[in-house]
Amino acid sequence: MGPFLLVTIQIDLYDRLALNLEADLVQKVHQTGARGVLIDISAVSIVDSFMGRILGNIASMTRVLDAETVVVGMQPAVAITLIELGLSLKGVHTALDVERGMALLQTKLDLDYEMADDDADDIE
Amino acid sequence: MLMTLSKDSMSITREQDLVPFRNRVKEAAVKIGMGIVNQTKLITAASELVRNMFRYAGGGEVLIEIVSKGRESGVRLTFADKGPGIANLDLAMQDGYSTGKSLGLGLPGAKRLVNEFDLKSTVGQGTTVMILKWKNG
Repeated sequence: MGPFLLVTIQIDLYDRLALNLEADLVQKVHQTGARGVLIDISAVSIVDSFMGRILGNIASMTRVLDAETVVVGMQPAVAITLIELGLSLKGVHTALDVERGMALLQTKLDLDYEMADDDADDIE
Repeated sequence: MLMTLSKDSMSITREQDLVPFRNRVKEAAVKIGMGIVNQTKLITAASELVRNMFRYAGGGEVLIEIVSKGRESGVRLTFADKGPGIANLDLAMQDGYSTGKSLGLGLPGAKRLVNEFDLKSTVGQGTTVMILKWKNG
């Protein structure tokens, strides 16, 4: 998996479990120094405003720890419902599946390295 | 004329009741052959309302009915609690308004996801919310 954490949510979570996931995941990013987090929600049939908020929180929290979060595998019916509910998941990267999510994270990481190289050139 | 074909009720007292409750709603939706998109909208709306009931009133009762009107069938859910009630219904129905620390999407969002929505509340006595989703609505 390299510098990425992959989380697969396999059941519909009630609120306390979702909050635990948020806390555990942020802790794990800190412990492992992961640069990216992939959250696979392909088995999740309901994302309501609470779950949506948790996904947004995870993205913001990991970003502060210098890791990007990508949510992958959202079912079409869930996407339709989320937008109608009024939740656009602003600030959360998404991808169709794990493979594309991984590629997205890799691109972001490569971009970071390039920018770091540019900075180094400036100093010289 | 609206006819009730089946009736089932469930009391919500703990946060863990949320997932089994969603499953009961899903069963009713599947029984009438509701498609996956409408099912998801209905269950998501139900999830928002049951959370409100739990958070603001400490729980309550939900009536799950399969109803029909002419050729159309649907699922009707009635959430009744004996909580503090809602002081300002107009404000509560506004996007982004919350007295808790949520996103304030629960009530207005749930309303957008269903075909019929009725909210009645008396301060000090409780709140009743009825939603109805037609199979092809």
